[in-house]
Amino acid sequence: MELFQLTAHQLQQMLLKKDISALDITEVVFKRIEQVEDKVKSYLTLTRDQAEAKARQVDKKIAAGEPIGPLAGIPIAIKDNLCTEGVRTTCASKILQDFIPPYSATSVQRVQAADMVLVGKTNLDEFAMGSSTENSGFHLTHNPWDIGRVPGGSSGGSAAAVAAGEAIVSLGSDTGGSIRQPAAFCGVVGMKPTYGAVSRYGLVAYASSLDQIGPFTRDVTDMAQVLNVICGHDPMDSTSANIKQPDYTQYLINDIKGMKIGVPREYMADGIDHPVKEKINAAIEKLTELGAFVEETSLPHTDYAMPAYYLIATAEASSNLARYDGVRYGYRVKDAHDLVDMFMRSRSQGFGDEVKRRIMLGTYSLSAGYYDAYYLKALKVRTLIKQDFDQAFTKYDALLSPTSPSTAFKIGAMVNDPIQMYLQDVCTIPVNLAGIPALSLPCGLANDLPVGLQLMGKAFAEGTLLRIAYTLEQNSDYTRLRPVIGG
Amino acid sequence: MTKTYETVIGIEVHVELKTNTKIFCNSTTEFGGEPNHHACPVCLGLPGTLPVLNKKVVEYAVRAALALNCQVASFSKFDRKNYYYPDLPKNYQISQYDLPIAEHGYLDIKVGDQEKRIGITRLHLEEDAGKLVHQGNIVTTPYSLVDYNRTGVPLIEIVSEPDLRSSEEARAYVEKLKAIIQYTGVSDCRMEEGSLRCDVNVSVRPVGQREFGTKAEIKNLNSFRALQRALEFEVERQIKVLNSGGKVIQETRTWDEAKGMTISMRSKEQAHDYRYFPDPDLVPLVLDHQWIDFIRESLPELPDQRRTRYMQAYGLPEYDASVLTLTKEMSDYFEEVIKYYDHPKVISNWLMGDLSRLLNASGIDITQCKIKPARLAEMLKLMDQGTISGKIAKTVFEEMFNSGKDPAVIVQEKGLVQISDAGAIASVVAEVIAANPKSVQDYQAGKTQAIGFLVGQVMKATRGKANPELVNRILLEKLS
Repeated sequence: MELFQLTAHQLQQMLLKKDISALDITEVVFKRIEQVEDKVKSYLTLTRDQAEAKARQVDKKIAAGEPIGPLAGIPIAIKDNLCTEGVRTTCASKILQDFIPPYSATSVQRVQAADMVLVGKTNLDEFAMGSSTENSGFHLTHNPWDIGRVPGGSSGGSAAAVAAGEAIVSLGSDTGGSIRQPAAFCGVVGMKPTYGAVSRYGLVAYASSLDQIGPFTRDVTDMAQVLNVICGHDPMDSTSANIKQPDYTQYLINDIKGMKIGVPREYMADGIDHPVKEKINAAIEKLTELGAFVEETSLPHTDYAMPAYYLIATAEASSNLARYDGVRYGYRVKDAHDLVDMFMRSRSQGFGDEVKRRIMLGTYSLSAGYYDAYYLKALKVRTLIKQDFDQAFTKYDALLSPTSPSTAFKIGAMVNDPIQMYLQDVCTIPVNLAGIPALSLPCGLANDLPVGLQLMGKAFAEGTLLRIAYTLEQNSDYTRLRPVIGG
Repeated sequence: MTKTYETVIGIEVHVELKTNTKIFCNSTTEFGGEPNHHACPVCLGLPGTLPVLNKKVVEYAVRAALALNCQVASFSKFDRKNYYYPDLPKNYQISQYDLPIAEHGYLDIKVGDQEKRIGITRLHLEEDAGKLVHQGNIVTTPYSLVDYNRTGVPLIEIVSEPDLRSSEEARAYVEKLKAIIQYTGVSDCRMEEGSLRCDVNVSVRPVGQREFGTKAEIKNLNSFRALQRALEFEVERQIKVLNSGGKVIQETRTWDEAKGMTISMRSKEQAHDYRYFPDPDLVPLVLDHQWIDFIRESLPELPDQRRTRYMQAYGLPEYDASVLTLTKEMSDYFEEVIKYYDHPKVISNWLMGDLSRLLNASGIDITQCKIKPARLAEMLKLMDQGTISGKIAKTVFEEMFNSGKDPAVIVQEKGLVQISDAGAIASVVAEVIAANPKSVQDYQAGKTQAIGFLVGQVMKATRGKANPELVNRILLEKLS
């Protein structure tokens, strides 16, 4: 394998043995970016100078014999809805195209404190609203496995960068599947941790009660290590969980004998493509061979998750995105003739269609006379969905499903059919509503495209998911496949 | 025939809590400051920032709620009130909608001889907005500037029941509310600085009718005077509308101080749909009963308790006790003076009389008064010792008010020591008798009021320094 295709822990070993310097690793990644970025277009902003400076710092520490963290010197890409002090943070929206935050997100601060090297800011669906990264206000991102296809979304840039070797690991955010689905499409590992496990401070909000930051990595060991860096209580986020943080690497155990795994039948229904089902079934067989007890189960309220999600998420979004009005920062029309005109035209011109669609939906569902029928009812459904999971986890250590109903689809295939696009997230959305952790693990290729397997656990049971994924990974080639980027 | 109408008033009062930092961030709450210098990414609502509730704010709100006899909720939550305005950086205000921190309180007012209990519906927490600075007025200004220093300053909103029946009651309610909150120490309640603001809802109905009339909400009431005048105007306006066969429409009106009238701002149809929903960035506020009890026990003495104490321990008349306890500052001043001088009624007379008159005339409040309580006590002692007369004391007092000087020094410098030497007074009396034979004759002819003139002449000759009692006695002796 090429250096840019290695995992963080492999590179770390080389770094410690002084086979390679941190600056070498950074240069390898930027060289790779030079080679393939034209085709993949993962990034909105590259921060090469800062990256090299940071890498040199790490090399100095190593030379001085100072202790370094397990991910020191590892190049990381950051989704462009995570604030980075001094580096523009756009959310792939014209309305924020020149916004330079005076602070970094807590997760970014933690990554920097761990001496990781920030490569750049990755592309996304505008304000994380979408499942293909086609809603970016700036450009498309292409799937490294087939550049005619989407990388998934909304964290498409972060997934594609790791798959393409343009970063070793990356951070994304997941509101309804925005980490797991692109991880599945791009053949990398992606995790949405438990709501509250990672501070949301500095994550530009889409739907605050659902948003969660998580990593993209090439294997499960890297996943555990990045979680160690970014998880933990943050007094700046009231919804951040104040619990004792485990060392996630202690769950990297190649043994799942006796574990009970449920497969909700609603997640294997007619909407799931046949090749995807085949790969999932093959993985289930493997789990059984490895000593796990796997059986079909039911999460009866699954059908209601999608509508509930699109009411709750859009309601919160309509309020969260109200601040982009041209008054303090961001895009403002130049020739406004009064205040309301400035508000209306700055927002009309600054936001893309999907963002406007969701703001309108959310505004509607919160409006007087509709609130009880829509928003309030959606909250009740959310409770039922949580109860489904609670019930299931009294019986199972984890639940298993496809991450996405299909493999990566062709660019443009769904742009005119928002409902079809929304259905992309049918397997991932319930997890956000319940606030539980879920991981997407590659489980082989179907027609040369990666298939993702989703593992869901109860709140703060990331460790269980890591253990199952690790065992699968150690007994398969799932995380050893790398794309060849074509012309 | 014109009907008689009854006025119905409910009041919403916003009070800024004087915590050191804002409700959801660490920015200072200090009043004033360079524009936008008391603001941080959180209160500016920059992308990605999150609010974190200030515990001190909760403590202060609970203190105010308990002082207003409210029930404090063990579970409350924060909601977003959505509306677009440039002084609101997130374009929503974090407030409390259906589950406020406190409900079901009351306070007692007295108007004339009538005591009345006014219900308090609820008390909730919210963040303040910033302020816009226009060039000239809002309509013609070519641009507006915005200052976010006040954004995120903690507010409590206190909503009364529609229990008030006159502008006098409304004023008494706000005065009492202000006093109570000041006593708890959680706010300065300065109307002129905007740390206490009120909006009133007012309607009228024919006497005897059960249902409320259609109400108007009046905003921009920046003083007690404005509150009372606006209500008087509005009540009269509504009655006129009804008497001429019209209908009062539900609307928001603003008080125009210069024109002395309320002006329509927006009708009910134009009212905002605030689209309240629970703020997902904040967790519900769960309060422990023991903590609430702890705050209850640590509440300071409140105006009503203090008034009762003044009547019982100091023997003050109810009127004096009420006036002195109306503001915490006046009451605290009184308590300071009494530490040095043990005649409560004398102190009360000076505070309610000369001191209040001078404060009003110079437009300052008692915290800015140059006369230190101990000095006032000294002056009162000088009177008791006979060093100065009551008349001279007024001169000395005024000089103290202007300069803040020690009364003994003023008496010395101005030669104001009272003449209590009987011999010296007797000789002046002799001169006055000699110079005013007509008055002497009148007195001796039975016109006893002539004695007043002669006393005046003696006082004039001694430039007011003669001990008036002695003057009287010696004059009477000489004339009899």
